[in-house]
Amino acid sequence: MSTTTGTPPAAGDTTAATLTSDEHGNIELGKLTLAAEVIGQGTVAPPAVAEYALWLGDDALVLAQNLGWWISRAPELEEDIAIGNIALDLIGHARSFLSYAGSASGRTEDEMAYFRGEEEYRSAQLFEQANGDFAHTIARNFIAGCFQHALYERLQGSHDETLAAIAAKSIKEVDYHVDHATQWVLRLAGGTAKSRRRLIVGFADVWPYVDELFRDEPLNDELAGVAVRQSTLRPAFDTRVAAVFAEAELEVPVGFTATGGGRVGKHHETLGPLLAEMQVLARQFPGAAW
Amino acid sequence: MTISLPTRPIGGDISAEEQQFNDLIAQDSRIEPRDWMPEAYRKTLIRQIAQHAHSEIIGMQPESNWILRAPSLKRKAILIAKVQDEAGHGLYLYSAAQTLGVGRDEMTEQLIAGTARYSSIFNYATPTWADMGSIGWLVDGAAICNQVPLCRASYGPYGRAMVRICKEESFHQRQGFEILLELMNGTPEQRQMAQESVNRWYWPALMMFGPPDDDSPNSARSMAWKIKRFSNDELRRRFVGMLVPQAEVLGLTLPDPDLTWNEEKQAYDMGQPDWDEFHEVLAGRGQMNAQRMQRRRDAHDEGAWVREAAAAYAARQSATTERVVA
Repeated sequence: MSTTTGTPPAAGDTTAATLTSDEHGNIELGKLTLAAEVIGQGTVAPPAVAEYALWLGDDALVLAQNLGWWISRAPELEEDIAIGNIALDLIGHARSFLSYAGSASGRTEDEMAYFRGEEEYRSAQLFEQANGDFAHTIARNFIAGCFQHALYERLQGSHDETLAAIAAKSIKEVDYHVDHATQWVLRLAGGTAKSRRRLIVGFADVWPYVDELFRDEPLNDELAGVAVRQSTLRPAFDTRVAAVFAEAELEVPVGFTATGGGRVGKHHETLGPLLAEMQVLARQFPGAAW
Repeated sequence: MTISLPTRPIGGDISAEEQQFNDLIAQDSRIEPRDWMPEAYRKTLIRQIAQHAHSEIIGMQPESNWILRAPSLKRKAILIAKVQDEAGHGLYLYSAAQTLGVGRDEMTEQLIAGTARYSSIFNYATPTWADMGSIGWLVDGAAICNQVPLCRASYGPYGRAMVRICKEESFHQRQGFEILLELMNGTPEQRQMAQESVNRWYWPALMMFGPPDDDSPNSARSMAWKIKRFSNDELRRRFVGMLVPQAEVLGLTLPDPDLTWNEEKQAYDMGQPDWDEFHEVLAGRGQMNAQRMQRRRDAHDEGAWVREAAAAYAARQSATTERVVA
């Protein structure tokens, strides 16, 4: 069996070159544009910063993994594309954060994503909430987006240059995620009686997990000036939510507050199956390249 | 084979507009939405473009099967981008078909009802990760061979949509090739996974060019109208000719014992796909026909309340705007 380590031929180029020889068929061939845009490669994170990067990377990765389910199942084609876009952005953010987090222990982004167990994950439980119906997904995404937006806005000023750079790149994309979720909150709230009812149920179901997002942890004391103190983000979050809820004529749900614990490895029961599915193939072939 | 334009019935004088249409075709110019066109030309195009659009949409499913299990974050991102491209291709094509006077809702209904066709290749299952490589390399490769000539299809909106689609398809094929290359450079188990997958996809990919020329009822007219530019068998031969050197680079064996270079013909001699299987899948009796349709129906039905909400909200918004303007 012959194997090669050389550059693969431009497979598509060959085909097109063979078959196009006239003016209408004169297409330019796409290059591999989806190069890995992972920020911070080559920089080693101090251990505490690595732990903090895990929080943010795991939030993004777990949400992306949840959203990936919708692709080919969305209510309309435009939403297959939009949700796919959001998932793609979040994977990009996760790759940067996890790659940076892994640098402290000499691990790659994939070792961080695929070879940590549930208790080693640091995602907040809001991101772990199941997709539910489209209204649940929108409610969760709206909260996630508003939180991440407030967070990245401030993280751009971090003393840690890599975190600041990841935040600066990510916030532009999260801006779109918030806009997407906001538009749908307005449509579902102001659409039909059914959509309004479902959205209200969606928000009621995910709201218990809001509180955890804004709790400070001991790590925040250690990383003053580097990490953003979550509690300080609450006013910006509340202001944004209040504005959208006012327009949608929604009320902030009242109910219980989940105990949380994602930042210390205590997770909602949805995370185990999510990771099992995500990691199954990688773990079947440890050390393999893909 | 000599192909000429369809002849007129005896005694039928050709109208000025039909003459103009024939002239445009003869000159290799493009027919645009407002130009006169024969009804059969319009119908043929609607059928073909809608079928192509449906294929893109159903074609998202075999790959979405691996989005959640993709074995690296980079592969996951590339796979999502690819499936997303397919949704985008479906949208361009529905738009192109709409210029011929058919609505997107109508086309969607036909797909859901099972009265419209889509490419049979998407009724095959994707049990292994290597299938993501085979779909890119073989299925998208075959699609490119079919589609590049369509970039100069006589109907303008279709040709232009195809230019855009072909650009992205070449990236898709390349990523499939790379998946297989990584597997072939990997462990013995990974190499076995790649070969096993190529064994399953090779023949179905060759079937994508359609039945043999002597059994393809619509081909001749489509070629005369310059909707289609090469015959099924001709494209199939070109495709195999392209695969052979790439298979050598990969170290994969193409599963056709009759595949040999014919010095005299300067082309490959090759075996025939199992055309009975082709007709079975076409008739709805393939591995995944029922599941693919079910998924599409479910997404459509379960999303109905969301689309209704969006429509109701939009109607209310525009009513409000009108009141403000008034």
